[in-house]
Amino acid sequence: MSSPKVGTLLEQVLVDDLTRTRIVQYAGASGDFNPLHTDATYAVEVAGFPGVFAHGMLTMGMTGRILTDTFGADSVRHFGGRFLAQVWPGDTLTARAEVTSVEDGRATLDVTTLNQDGVPVFVGRGVVTIAG
Amino acid sequence: MEPAPIRVPRHAYLGAVTLPPFPVEALHVRTFARAIGDENVELDDVAPPTFLMAAAHTDPDYPLRPTTGERWYGSGREATGYGPDDVDPAAGVLYAEQHFDFVRPVRVGDRLTPTERPGRTWEKDGRRGGRLAFFELITEFHDAFGELVATGTLVGVRTSQQPGVEA
Repeated sequence: MSSPKVGTLLEQVLVDDLTRTRIVQYAGASGDFNPLHTDATYAVEVAGFPGVFAHGMLTMGMTGRILTDTFGADSVRHFGGRFLAQVWPGDTLTARAEVTSVEDGRATLDVTTLNQDGVPVFVGRGVVTIAG
Repeated sequence: MEPAPIRVPRHAYLGAVTLPPFPVEALHVRTFARAIGDENVELDDVAPPTFLMAAAHTDPDYPLRPTTGERWYGSGREATGYGPDDVDPAAGVLYAEQHFDFVRPVRVGDRLTPTERPGRTWEKDGRRGGRLAFFELITEFHDAFGELVATGTLVGVRTSQQPGVEA
């Protein structure tokens, strides 16, 4: 996006029907082998959850694509946020972003990721450099 | 916040610790990008912003990776490898937030040295009662020239409602 303006809205489906295998992929790639995310026996019998669930950082990592796909990975100067709710296998996640400021060659975006029920699972902010 | 327990490295308690260098390798970046569904990274050498989490791989004491010869708390013959007397120092610690600030993008070929240190701490009342004790764990990543590339800020919270908490 060459010239974002304040109020510009973006929306992107991040994953449709999140698979357990995708969670395993993230565990291996990130090095976070917390068994809550990949070990259903542990997650259910020991930790008391209904099953395994995604790493918060998998959700945040997927959410980052609304910044990198739009502005390029080399544009990101800040990306952060809060984990609001768990993400389960089978979930479909959609990220929404709104440009809240454009100044000094940078755009700031408020980012929210929602599940298929419209429940926010991650809320954060990104700052990207923009051309010209 | 996501009610997911995390294990915070010892650096959160011991002050600043410099970790072994984290070499940013092409296949690792691609593997990570695939995991988050990023199809563009195959075309360039810039890592996705959250790739810095993968520096866990070069942390020799990263607590969320099984170590040969040591008991692991995930399942094997039993639902957990921990016995009744094993104390989980991270019980009751939840992952609340993660932030990254970049001076420049992380690229394949970078050799980043992470330095971790404790950040701010604060408390507030939980919605379901009890006190929530928040803390930051800040990680600065310097490149081979000693230049700061990025800073990561983890926000964790200790809840007073859960057992085994040393708040």
